Amino acid sequence: MGSTARLKVQVGAADFDAGEEIRLVQALTDSIGGVASFIGAMRSSNDGRRVDSMSLEHYPGMTEKALGRIVDEAANRWQLLGATVIHRVGEFFPGDQIVLVVTAASHRGEAFAACEFIMDYLKTRAPFWKKERTSEGDFWVEARDSDEQAADRW
Amino acid sequence: MIKVLFFAKLREALGQSELQWPLAAEASVEDVRAALVAEYPQWQEALCASNVLTALNQEVVNAKARVKPGDELAFYPPVTGG
Repeated sequence: MGSTARLKVQVGAADFDAGEEIRLVQALTDSIGGVASFIGAMRSSNDGRRVDSMSLEHYPGMTEKALGRIVDEAANRWQLLGATVIHRVGEFFPGDQIVLVVTAASHRGEAFAACEFIMDYLKTRAPFWKKERTSEGDFWVEARDSDEQAADRW
Repeated sequence: MIKVLFFAKLREALGQSELQWPLAAEASVEDVRAALVAEYPQWQEALCASNVLTALNQEVVNAKARVKPGDELAFYPPVTGG
């Protein structure tokens, strides 16, 4: 059950060390047989425009609750033994890391599936908004139908 | 009173991130939205756009949800994190 798993959710401006976070999850228990991870980073272009920088705003309080619920659901559905989600907010430049998901389970299938589920749900359920600064002006990023479809698979 | 919050593109369109709104008795989210637009007619287009989402006390709700004095009600555009 997910209730026995160590689940960590962190939202803030601070950068993260993915290697360290993976090591922390892997060290939780020797029942872990597979650890999957995903890093989302800022691209230097979007929809054909060069993006110089990006600001990422969120709804403090609700963000942490929404992520906590998503990770709880993943832990229950795939019997996770540990999981970490870190989402940064603030100002970003191309190449900066934005989000980290680490999932651990007895076998790789559960770890992979839970990792992808958490990202798909995070992208459509957690209250974050991106605004890009480009040579053509500032633009709020529009939600994509493909993200909604990805979340609906689960 | 209730606390009303606006985020991202909607916050910019309304020129406001937060306001205190007098709410004497329980009302629906839709009632509150209509009252806001009655007070600020220039908010009609942005606040009533079909893709605007609502959260009550930090939980996603629909337009029929009941708002009580002391609640926190947020309006925001589709999310784009990750």
